[in-house]
Amino acid sequence: MKNERFELNKNLAQMLKGGVIMDVTTPEQAKIAEAAGACAVMALERIPADIRAAGGVSRMSDPKMIKGIQNAVTIPVMAKCRIGHFAEAQILQAIEIDYIDESEVLSPADDKYHIDKTAFRVPFVCGARDLGEALRRINEGAAMIRTKGEPGTGDVVQAVRHMRIMQSEIRRFGSMSADELYEAAKELAVPYDLAVYVHENKKLPVVNFAAGGVATPADAALMMQLGAEGVFVGSGIFKSGNPEKRAAAIVKAVTNYEDADMLAELSEDLGEAMVGINEHEIELIMEERGK
Amino acid sequence: MKIGILALQGAFVEHEKMLGGLGAETFEIRQKRDIERAFDGLIIPGGESTVQGKLLAELGLTEKIKALINGGLPVFGTCAGLLLLAKCIENDEHVYLGTMDITAVRNAYGRQLGSFSAAAGFGDMGEVPMTFIRAPYISGVGDGVEILSEVGGRIVAARQNNMLVTAFHPELNDNKTVHSAFLDMVRAS
Repeated sequence: MKNERFELNKNLAQMLKGGVIMDVTTPEQAKIAEAAGACAVMALERIPADIRAAGGVSRMSDPKMIKGIQNAVTIPVMAKCRIGHFAEAQILQAIEIDYIDESEVLSPADDKYHIDKTAFRVPFVCGARDLGEALRRINEGAAMIRTKGEPGTGDVVQAVRHMRIMQSEIRRFGSMSADELYEAAKELAVPYDLAVYVHENKKLPVVNFAAGGVATPADAALMMQLGAEGVFVGSGIFKSGNPEKRAAAIVKAVTNYEDADMLAELSEDLGEAMVGINEHEIELIMEERGK
Repeated sequence: MKIGILALQGAFVEHEKMLGGLGAETFEIRQKRDIERAFDGLIIPGGESTVQGKLLAELGLTEKIKALINGGLPVFGTCAGLLLLAKCIENDEHVYLGTMDITAVRNAYGRQLGSFSAAAGFGDMGEVPMTFIRAPYISGVGDGVEILSEVGGRIVAARQNNMLVTAFHPELNDNKTVHSAFLDMVRAS
């Protein structure tokens, strides 16, 4: 029964592929995102850029606020809980969230342990910077992976770095011999059977999206060409000059990510992109949270 | 035999793999120029119907695909694909392609916690495994629609002439029955 639930949860992520998941903070924003072609929305009280600006402790959003967004749209609704905070996850499960993001964007509740996600019926997505983090999260029960990137910056450099590392390690695993694979699994502190899966299939056992710092159609196309199966856009949309137009353009860019002519057209007249801060200007490195 | 797979959003790669295993050639349809070539059948995959429907319209594909289906092109829609083909969606004001005389209910089993798997008969082809992900079902059919599967008293697979739909995802299992049946439709057309 547990396995069947995990399969169903993995399957939902498969249905999200080729799509854009957008951060929203109000029912109105959720409706804009759905109308623009989001395949799911992430309900949260403050988008990462504002969490960064506000400082302090950042926690799971008010369930009432999340329910308001659930009632406003027909697409799947995700919400974030703190790393290791299984009680927050229980609450999100109780309100029948479609996906829980155990997220480094919020303040970690546990500096050692992640949530045992196999104990839940709702699916989890987790961030990862490399193959080791991804497979450890999957072993804990994550049914979907996203790159961590560096949330709330509008700077795509970390998402690119994480996706490149992950793809490069997958290629390395794919070409290993059996004896090398035992050692590699040990080095990455991941279960051997998951290492074998990557070796045989040359991909993660679950869907892998890009996240963190995606702000333009070109950013989205870049991540797709680097091997992402879909894209999360957080602060990039509702921190920009024309959210509707930018959101719709990013959705189309993810579908036709290899067509430069169409991307050129989509990139025109989008108004101001989020200003962003680069990695040397930020004080709080969220990607370091949860390894 | 060449099958076009609508690849705007969703689980289209899974259909490609399934058909590849059955020896059919496939190609992806992402924009207008992709459907200018000749092909023998079309698959509309699972995903979000709102996203696929919007992209169909904005990429200028809706009318062209409608014309092809009305002209007899065999088409197979799974989950979101069923919703795109339905003439009416009870709890959604949208009509996308609207070529098939069925009424569907969207997210009919609720949120992800309502997703489930089952096994049931598919036409006269025996029992097949069925995966339902935030799935719709069919609440009404017009004349000339053949009901192929029911689960818990709800219609979950049907055929009308050149159109085959399932509320479940046969592309997520190893069982090839439903895809074989679609390829038989293509061969017979």
